[in-house]
Amino acid sequence: MNRRISRTTGIDYPLLVVALLLSAFGVAMVYSAGQVDIRAAAVESLWKKQLVWLTVGLTVTWVISKSSVRLIEWSAWPVYLLSLGLLLFTALFGSGAGTAESTSGWLTIGGVRLGQPAELAKVSVVLMLAKVLSSMRNTPRSLLDLWVPLLVVAVPWLLILAQRDLGTAIVYIGICFVMLFWAGAPWQLLIMLASPGVSLVLAFSTGVWGAWFLILLALVFWYRPYLVEGVLLVVVNVVMGVVAPLVWDGMDLYRRNRVLVFLDPQYDPKNAGYQVLQSQYAIGSGGITGKGFTLGTQKRLGFLPEHQTDFIFAVVGEELGFIGVTIALSLFLALFYRCTRVAQRGNEAFSGLVAIGLAAGWFVHVVVNVGMTLNLMPITGIPLPFFSYGGSFMLMCWLSVALLLRISSEGRGQADGLGL
Amino acid sequence: MSYHPNEVARRARAARAVVALVLAALGLGFFRAQVLRSNEYAMQVDGQRLREVPLAAPRGIIYDRNGEIVAENLPGYTVSLLSPTVDSLNSALDALSKVIPIDRTQRNLVMRRFERARNRPAVIFNDASFEVVSALEERRIDFPGLIIQSSPKRYYPDGEAIAAIIGYTNEINDQDLLLPEFEETYKAGQQIGRAGLERKYESRLRGIEGSHFVEVDARGRVVREQGVRDDVPPRPPEALRSTLDMDLQRFIHETYGDSLRGAVVALDPATGGVLALYSGPTFDANRFTGGVAASYFDQLNTDPARPMYNKAVQGAYEPASTWKLATSIIAMEQGIAEINTRMQVPCTGGFQFGSQRFRCWKPEGHGNVTLAQAIANSCNVYFYQLGLKIGLKNLVAGGLKLGFGERTGIDLPSETRPSFPDSNVTRYYNEKYGTRGWTNAVTLNLSIGQGENSQTVINMARFYAALATDGSAAQPHLIEQEVERKQLFTLRPDQLASLREAAADVVSGRGTAGSAALQGIIVAGKTGTAQNPSKIDHAWFVGFAPYEKPQIVVAVFVEFGLHGYVAARIATKVMERYLNVSLVNASATTAAQ
Repeated sequence: MNRRISRTTGIDYPLLVVALLLSAFGVAMVYSAGQVDIRAAAVESLWKKQLVWLTVGLTVTWVISKSSVRLIEWSAWPVYLLSLGLLLFTALFGSGAGTAESTSGWLTIGGVRLGQPAELAKVSVVLMLAKVLSSMRNTPRSLLDLWVPLLVVAVPWLLILAQRDLGTAIVYIGICFVMLFWAGAPWQLLIMLASPGVSLVLAFSTGVWGAWFLILLALVFWYRPYLVEGVLLVVVNVVMGVVAPLVWDGMDLYRRNRVLVFLDPQYDPKNAGYQVLQSQYAIGSGGITGKGFTLGTQKRLGFLPEHQTDFIFAVVGEELGFIGVTIALSLFLALFYRCTRVAQRGNEAFSGLVAIGLAAGWFVHVVVNVGMTLNLMPITGIPLPFFSYGGSFMLMCWLSVALLLRISSEGRGQADGLGL
Repeated sequence: MSYHPNEVARRARAARAVVALVLAALGLGFFRAQVLRSNEYAMQVDGQRLREVPLAAPRGIIYDRNGEIVAENLPGYTVSLLSPTVDSLNSALDALSKVIPIDRTQRNLVMRRFERARNRPAVIFNDASFEVVSALEERRIDFPGLIIQSSPKRYYPDGEAIAAIIGYTNEINDQDLLLPEFEETYKAGQQIGRAGLERKYESRLRGIEGSHFVEVDARGRVVREQGVRDDVPPRPPEALRSTLDMDLQRFIHETYGDSLRGAVVALDPATGGVLALYSGPTFDANRFTGGVAASYFDQLNTDPARPMYNKAVQGAYEPASTWKLATSIIAMEQGIAEINTRMQVPCTGGFQFGSQRFRCWKPEGHGNVTLAQAIANSCNVYFYQLGLKIGLKNLVAGGLKLGFGERTGIDLPSETRPSFPDSNVTRYYNEKYGTRGWTNAVTLNLSIGQGENSQTVINMARFYAALATDGSAAQPHLIEQEVERKQLFTLRPDQLASLREAAADVVSGRGTAGSAALQGIIVAGKTGTAQNPSKIDHAWFVGFAPYEKPQIVVAVFVEFGLHGYVAARIATKVMERYLNVSLVNASATTAAQ
């Protein structure tokens, strides 16, 4: 019995409060992001738009709270198919915009940008994957046993790669692994599943790749998968090791630069390395207490790029200092803890998987985005949940909150609705 | 698939552990950046958002010996532009030129300054007029990056009187910046001393530049001008004290400034301090401050009287008869002659040497004269014979010992080395005229201050300062300091006294400069008339006063002055002014006591 869930209303107050605090913090930072020296009306009023989206998000939350987990589970298929349809449409006709100029993730009809279907697809993949995994009876012994869940992820994943949105694609991988883990897939399988990607990355040093390959071989001999599967795995890893340089050569220049900058932030500080370097300057110069809300010079003077979207956490670091960063990270920590609790107490496999899947998506976003501001992660251009300006993203964050609240309240089999 | 509560709880614990670890790692990253390395990043941030606007330091003030101002600073205004790129500078200049006229040369200059130091404001006007400043001040909002600063401007209250001494200041140029002396310590756009004392004492006159800070955005546009960071105030250097007597300097300029084409140098024989140093015609040093107008510069350069040529230290002229005292001293020091020694051949207006006849300036001749009379009347025939007695080798060696082959070392940058034969006489003349191309006749010329001998006015003054004291002369200098004192010659007191007496006769009814004599002050000295084959002769006078206890040595050189007494009249007036003013001062002090 979770005492923190109100007996009378069934609302998971800790989760709701943390999400509201994060959103308030986020809107405040979007407001601050608009306070710059060379004024631009468009940026200055973004916080109002963000507030509107937040309100819309809260409404969605209220509506979903009226539904039930059954209904949510039932909707998994239609939502998933709708998402795939939108993704396909976007892959064919999408346009780049804003901070994602180089990608083509925007659904545009008649010149009006309606949103980024990849955000909706994230939630739909979580739902679909939860549905598929929760219906599997036996623990998978082989990668071949996992072909259905993998296909569920792979289809939208490939469509997103087609939009050249590497960051979002990474989120899907994160969601997939965490949900497989939650469903009880053996760790050996997860490693084997991850091995081609690891090979691809490690192939840049033959020695390191060789060591990894030996470990993989040992694993294969010990775990003894099907012969076909084992051989295939080894072959795929070798191929990855061989094609890695070719992949590198085939990469877009800007993407290659991002990797180089990640390895050395001083590489090309005027261009490719500029964003990360300026972000680090902003955060470092914030010191312990920060320069004061709205007073960040890096932001005000335009040194910090994309400070209302991808690099908004650098504004937190610059203006509110280490204290502000600690508060923000603590709020995220609280959110993730609450999510694992919700997942743990879900009254059926589906609920738990949805909860952990949504949390995994957020977690990848937070780690990659926050890590990027300090060059602990390469730049992939994915937003920070509740903080970064963006309508569809805010909406999807609150849609996730709504699902979590619903699962949480149903997990105890208590009163329906949010009682709003 | 197993969803047993224990299994799920285990997975939840693992998930929470991973989350905590990863977020802690991120937190550590922020701790490192924001707590441990914060200063480093803050410096980087300030480096890119702050632009330093230099605050020019006032140059050191120079006082004369009585505390009068020789050089000071007046408040002036500098107008400059801080621009991120050439394009933005160009468009800012376009906009500015609608308010104030900026011509093409001015514009090119601004562009050059910008190229030299892109992070510093490019100066448009070094010395903007009040009208320009107020016109710009009104429209300041329209010109981000425009910086109007008050900045000290060099000023010389007596700019014309001290032009030969002071030099001037202007902006350091590209060539200077490449010199090892300047490349480390100077930045483009800074002012530097040129010529004269401004150049010589640059390191002591230059203040330490201060800084004002403005804030720029990522594109280099100025966003905030005030209150960004505390100013670092400029620091002026300590004042310099000169040995000059500005009253005397002004007197020379006011009395002879219009007519004099030559030089006047006055020394304090006791210290070697320069009381006055003047080269005529002069120019206005103030018009050079911060860059001279081309028209004025051309005018000075095309003037045949060469105003910018310092005739006191740069010009070297045949010393003529003023050098006869040097011949006399060499002879006395070597025991060849005393003050009453007569020569074998009396002066009959000329002297036969081999096939040549060497003339005396007085065609009817001086008759049989003593050394004293020969000095007073400047008899050439006497000195021809004295020179032959000394011998060429000894004469040259003696002259070198008296300092005629070297610079005085005065603290001005442009001093010329006098020309005089070197100690290896035979080689010197062989090289000059060929092995068989010269005879002992050169000795005759040398002994009367002609031939291979040209001296600066300052060097002649130094030599007479030695005569006015005990045969030693201090290095002439303009800024008070400890200087070396060199013994040029050693004579017995009676010998020295007799020479001075003979020199005093020069400026008396018995001598060549009788018309320059003063009432109540006995002046000793020697005239000289330097022959000038094509034109009118140059006039010299070097002497000291009062004869009994010399307080001032004056050397005067007048181009095309015709005769030495012309120079002597100027010299004695200068002496009179100095001694009378000091007499008045002295009596005033006594009265006050």
